[in-house]
Amino acid sequence: MNVLQFVANLFVNVGAWMGEVLHGWGLSPLWTAIVVKFLAGLVVAGGPLAAVLFLIWYARKVIGRIQDRMGPTNDGTAAGPFALLQAVADAIKMLTKEFIFPHGRDKVVFLIAPVLVVAVAVAIWAVIPFGPPDAGMQFVDLNIGVFYVVALASLTFFSMLMAGWSSHNKYANLGAFRAVSMIVSYEIPQMLALLVPVMLAGTMGMQGLINAQEVPFIVMAPIPALIYFLAMTAEVGRLPFEQAEADAEIVAGYFIEYSGMLFGAFYLAEFINNLSASFVFSVLFLGGWRGPWVEQAPILGLVWLSLKAFLVFSVLTFFWGAMPRLRIDHILGFSWKFLTPLALVMLMVTALVDKIVQIVGERGPSPSVSPWTRAGWLFLANAIVALVTAWVLYQVEKRQRAQREARRFAVVR
Amino acid sequence: MVTVQQVVFALFALMTVGGAVGVVAARKLFHAALWMILSFFGVAGLYILLEAPFFAALQLFIYIGGVAVLIVMAIMVTRGIMGPKEPVFTYAVGAAGTAFAFLVMLALFIVNVPAWMGSAPTGEVAPDGMRQLGRALVMPSAFLLPFEVASVLLLAVLVGALFIAREKE
Amino acid sequence: MVPLSWYLLLSALLFAVGLYAVMARRNLIGMLMGLELMLNAINLTLIAFWRYLHPYNLGFQALVIFVLVVAASEAAVGLALILAVFRLRETEHVDELNLLRW
Repeated sequence: MNVLQFVANLFVNVGAWMGEVLHGWGLSPLWTAIVVKFLAGLVVAGGPLAAVLFLIWYARKVIGRIQDRMGPTNDGTAAGPFALLQAVADAIKMLTKEFIFPHGRDKVVFLIAPVLVVAVAVAIWAVIPFGPPDAGMQFVDLNIGVFYVVALASLTFFSMLMAGWSSHNKYANLGAFRAVSMIVSYEIPQMLALLVPVMLAGTMGMQGLINAQEVPFIVMAPIPALIYFLAMTAEVGRLPFEQAEADAEIVAGYFIEYSGMLFGAFYLAEFINNLSASFVFSVLFLGGWRGPWVEQAPILGLVWLSLKAFLVFSVLTFFWGAMPRLRIDHILGFSWKFLTPLALVMLMVTALVDKIVQIVGERGPSPSVSPWTRAGWLFLANAIVALVTAWVLYQVEKRQRAQREARRFAVVR
Repeated sequence: MVTVQQVVFALFALMTVGGAVGVVAARKLFHAALWMILSFFGVAGLYILLEAPFFAALQLFIYIGGVAVLIVMAIMVTRGIMGPKEPVFTYAVGAAGTAFAFLVMLALFIVNVPAWMGSAPTGEVAPDGMRQLGRALVMPSAFLLPFEVASVLLLAVLVGALFIAREKE
Repeated sequence: MVPLSWYLLLSALLFAVGLYAVMARRNLIGMLMGLELMLNAINLTLIAFWRYLHPYNLGFQALVIFVLVVAASEAAVGLALILAVFRLRETEHVDELNLLRW
């Protein structure tokens, strides 16, 4: 096969070639399979690490431009054209810094926390489908893929609690509490909003979700997509929900006492979390690896998915540059009083409308419903719920304003 | 001839029992909670070996992400920053004796049932087992009533825990 | 292949360690941790029986789900009680909580 055909189905071909090489060296088939899978795991784990180097530069440039300044440049430094090697310079700086250990820390737990947070951040990548099935582009296709991603997110609170507690610093402790309470509150709307695409696709496996998206789910379920986006922003600790690491308020919160590469681990894990959240959102709502010409050349699936995830990451970066930080009680109130009821309502409405459309479609002229019809009705249902919600919020705001006015004009005799 | 399955089983079993022993042997309460989390991980791994991946994810999510976080936060709230080393055990000998006797009784019972000494599982797991489970939980002829009772229980627990642990003004 | 008896012995061991933790630890939260270990052992036994003896009977799986639910809710209420007791008596030591009236 020529070069183009080799590259078109790149991962399967490379895997087969490596299998032959190893077999030629005399390894049994079992060990060959194990070694190839292990190397695939290294690629999947190393991919985000390499991508993060580019993304740190991109984020800093974009935020700089939003704030009407240049961002990193290479005037007087050796940071490459347009300062592209900025992240490499950051990494070198962090690797050469001294570890300062606070007195009275819990020695073992203090060191485990950064390792755990990076491990969890990288472990999410095992189930993300980068290409069509049978193209060797997903490390493992668990049939509970989405559930696995959510369950891993719950492990990040452990690293926060461990970091905060073992630092022997009451401010780190309080920061850990705030971060954990925020993340726990946003787990609920995240999960409820996640149930809507799972319900529409009928499976929790990532490939199954992409298969069911002839019409991307962001058209069929825009409000759950929005809820999931906001909850995801809170989970990864991005502004406006940045209570975990509020730079100007609690000076890095639960990782105050970490320096050098230990801090680098938290910083890296935060960027990897942002990227994996963008990828998961793209898989769930934007159609994953779907795009033109993917059938002929599965490697294009990786390209389309990366473009979509990059778009979502850019939106997250714009949030970082342009939004202020909300207060913790406002954040928690927003989750419990607005997002959770809205997500519950959307779950019920979507289930109802989907079933009605299916039943009515079965009695109509053709036995099955076209995806565009289904998408249209669901979009309409979402729009109606959005209008009702806006009306309810308007009434609440009107009443609150009336109360404020009444208080202001209450005369003290 | 040791198979791969047996090696993996031994690994996860070691993690489970090691974590459990760590819970009882740790000096600081926070460390005991961390050993407990290790034990939960081991159990999740064993669920995967037993071809129940849904329960492994449930274990991760509910036990580690829920119960363990609750326990750790309760420890942090009631202990302060690092906490004094408390006297850990009393009646240790009597308790150990009782637990050991119980274990020996159970072990003797287990090895004397021939149906349980078989080395291979009978039958295969249905591939759409999760869908069948989901359907069974909402069918009135199957498990709908326990499902609804469980949701009422969770509501009662939600309200009750909030009420018990609130700050008295 | 792994025999069923290995899983059962493992969960019996886990249960015994949890039992020891509940009986011998004098800290309320430590006792709760032992309780969670025991409930885990029960779930493990149920899943092992399901897989080896009755793979088509969904009752086992449903029972495991309900045991999980009950264990989590009991941990929540237990911890709420422990917090309330701690606020009132400033101690978590079971031996010091021996008065029936404040």
